[in-house]
Amino acid sequence: MIGITSIGAYIPMYRLQREEIARMWGTQGIGGEKAVAGYDEDSITMAVAAVRECRRRCAGSAEGLYFASTTAPYREKQSAAIIASVAGLDRACVTADFANSLRSGTTALKAAHDAIKSGSNSQVLVTASDCRLGMPKGRFEQLFGDAAAAVSIGSEGVIAEIEACYSLCSDFIDVWRTASDRFAHSGEGRFINDEGYFPIMQEGISGTMKAHSLNPDDFSKIVFTASDARQHADLAKKLRFDSSQVQSPFFSEIGHVGTAGTLVMLIAALEEAKPGDRILLANYGDGVDTFILTATKSITDFPFKPLIEDQLKNARSIDYGTYLSWRDLMPLDTENLPPRNALSLSSRWRERKIISTLTGVKCRKCGTPQIHTIGQNIRICVQCQSKDNFDEYRFSDKKATLFTYAIDHLQPTKNPPGLNGAIDFEEGGRLLCELTDYDLDKVEIGMPVEMTFRKMTLDDDFINYFWKAKPIVD
Amino acid sequence: MESIRDRVAIIGMGCTRFGERWDMGVEDLLVEAAYEAFEDAGIQPSDIQAAWLGTVFSGITALTMSPLGLQYIPMTRVENMCATGSEALRGASYAVASGACDIALAIGVEKLKDSGQTGVKGPAIVGDNADGSSGIGSGFSAPASFAYLGTRYFHQYGLDPDHGKHLLARIAVKNHHNGNLNPKAHFHKELTVEQVVNAPIVAWPLGLYDCCGVSDGAAAAVVVRADMAKQFRKDPIFVKGLAISVGARQGVMRQDYDYVHVEENVRASRMVYEQAGIIDPRQEISLAEVHDCFTTHELVLYEDLGFSPRGKAGEDIEAGTFELNGDLPVNTDGGLKCFGHPLGASGLRMMYEIYKQLQGLAGPRQVKNPRLGLAHNLGGNAGMGIASCVILGNEKE
Repeated sequence: MIGITSIGAYIPMYRLQREEIARMWGTQGIGGEKAVAGYDEDSITMAVAAVRECRRRCAGSAEGLYFASTTAPYREKQSAAIIASVAGLDRACVTADFANSLRSGTTALKAAHDAIKSGSNSQVLVTASDCRLGMPKGRFEQLFGDAAAAVSIGSEGVIAEIEACYSLCSDFIDVWRTASDRFAHSGEGRFINDEGYFPIMQEGISGTMKAHSLNPDDFSKIVFTASDARQHADLAKKLRFDSSQVQSPFFSEIGHVGTAGTLVMLIAALEEAKPGDRILLANYGDGVDTFILTATKSITDFPFKPLIEDQLKNARSIDYGTYLSWRDLMPLDTENLPPRNALSLSSRWRERKIISTLTGVKCRKCGTPQIHTIGQNIRICVQCQSKDNFDEYRFSDKKATLFTYAIDHLQPTKNPPGLNGAIDFEEGGRLLCELTDYDLDKVEIGMPVEMTFRKMTLDDDFINYFWKAKPIVD
Repeated sequence: MESIRDRVAIIGMGCTRFGERWDMGVEDLLVEAAYEAFEDAGIQPSDIQAAWLGTVFSGITALTMSPLGLQYIPMTRVENMCATGSEALRGASYAVASGACDIALAIGVEKLKDSGQTGVKGPAIVGDNADGSSGIGSGFSAPASFAYLGTRYFHQYGLDPDHGKHLLARIAVKNHHNGNLNPKAHFHKELTVEQVVNAPIVAWPLGLYDCCGVSDGAAAAVVVRADMAKQFRKDPIFVKGLAISVGARQGVMRQDYDYVHVEENVRASRMVYEQAGIIDPRQEISLAEVHDCFTTHELVLYEDLGFSPRGKAGEDIEAGTFELNGDLPVNTDGGLKCFGHPLGASGLRMMYEIYKQLQGLAGPRQVKNPRLGLAHNLGGNAGMGIASCVILGNEKE
């Protein structure tokens, strides 16, 4: 049996109300809100969060990691390798980026399924993450949101079996960005509906049902994407699915979240699924991918907390100016503060273990876990002065509490004022670090925090990622 | 191990006006400070046998020192972060005490304002070490690392934030009052507690007036063998102790570090008291110049240096103990807070004030019958700090 063995999703906590955008431009708001990645987040950091969540819920190593996105931070340099190293996967791991289509998330899922089926891997992680930009004042600006999702594919501990997959490709130009475009373009709506979206999706979905002699009644849920809520509702009607069978696309809660959309919806469907429930999954973009999945008995025991629902609740609104600054849509005056040193590729390489997994050391003699805030190597124990007598010790998964802090108006941040402090890990070790995603009114000594992987540099040369602490939300 | 006590004397000192010296380059500041010291000592530049230059950012030895025109003598540039000026005196003093030379120059300079920026060159972050050295912190400011002391101090001793801010403000008000009496200080402005408390926050709990000025300036000392000192002047000032203590990352990596004191300060002060034969610093020290880069640091320094019991500095602040007419005046010249802080010059600037006070030449700021003065610096921050303590006295035993 091949299928999904674990799930993880990440929805950034910030929301931009569509009315706020409409007020800015004097246009019509389409209602609801969109999820917005923090100023220190991108498709890689969001994928890392989803993958870490996914890995927390399943045992075993993964021998592959596929990353799907249309907004990979690098045009040349693999995102999947970064995510795999941050997730702490063994280096004997197949990594690949699936790109350039909103369908790439499910294409990665298909590739993972095939890798397991062929016997070349026993577990593969698939993550899809997107942070797309709509041109200011345009329809896409209101529509697009940011999110990431991850699923683990394997043959043991399967919670949803992949019973069938089917794909069609189509060279149909509806939504595109050229190599130099920051913002997505779109063809005319009815043309896309009549000649692209509806016929292609119907062909894929109906064809899949027909090939397996199944009717809409045989599915407890259908999960599929569309470019907006209206197109989504219209297709459900054309396919003769009852609205109770249709998984919400969360357009009004988080927006159209690109490649992550189908997987976020699938995860939400799985969170409600009972053993035996059959799910039809269909994803659109330069063709269609369809899957038939069935929830297994194991889904009952799977450690769910309502992943999607909790993250939808933990939301904080930002204003339009903040959005512009976070997405670099408006040049802003900066403080007249001294510049940081230029980044060094070689010192970054020496410090790769602390960067990727916040790995420090634990003294073999006195047992003290230790890590240094600027990545200086630790050769002498800070507690007992033993030399070179350490085991590696990973801090990224350890909880900590805030020992002292500063609300720092000089910290380089696009969400001022900054917050940084000394945190004490629950099993030992202290780190001075930046905090993120905090509510200044609730910051206090003793506050529980956890580590999150974020973008540290504000001006991208190459991108310097590192760990920040964020308050634990119950 | 022999003590340095009374083996070396200062016979001349100079200090430029600190501030935004748009009118002067590094070479002008050096010449101004050095020639004031030469004149004060009654010597010629050609009498100097060796020189130690302290600077953090303002140049390398030959480039920086050659404009001073000293003729082919040994010179050394030293750097110990904000304790750099004190380190220059330490180098010169040890050289004289060892007999390697009899008359040496210690000079510190910093030209920070040409950068066109506010604040000292910023922290590096992980992977950000192009020069092979790691920087400080994960992207936080110098004020933040001293704000940690305040946040934790308030918490540990149960001070409500308003009361805590009030105590810190009293320190800033005191130092501005003293600095206002000093023509060489960067700022000439009396402050009120209300102004300090209500100033814009830089790094909570530090507001704008809790932070020291970033300045240009230079200061210098001429050091000779103690037994020669009276040949030059009737009132030489004797070095009673020189101590440096450097952290080994304890404060930033160990959970047992409490963030209500700076261990480097405690260690350096205990070393220097022992060298100087001081048993009760609160009673024996006549005045102190301490590293008030941020008011939170001066607060914990009262306790670190043994002036106030732990957790009780607030009572001494309220009692006015450290004010100009108090029992133990601290930062009589305005401190870093008001006099300004050109990093490499600050340690020698503190000694300049103590030197003048011990000679009875401090004018409106003169402390009554001083005998011993303490100059304290801290470079870096708790756990990765360099604490320097120097005791100067006007009597040789």
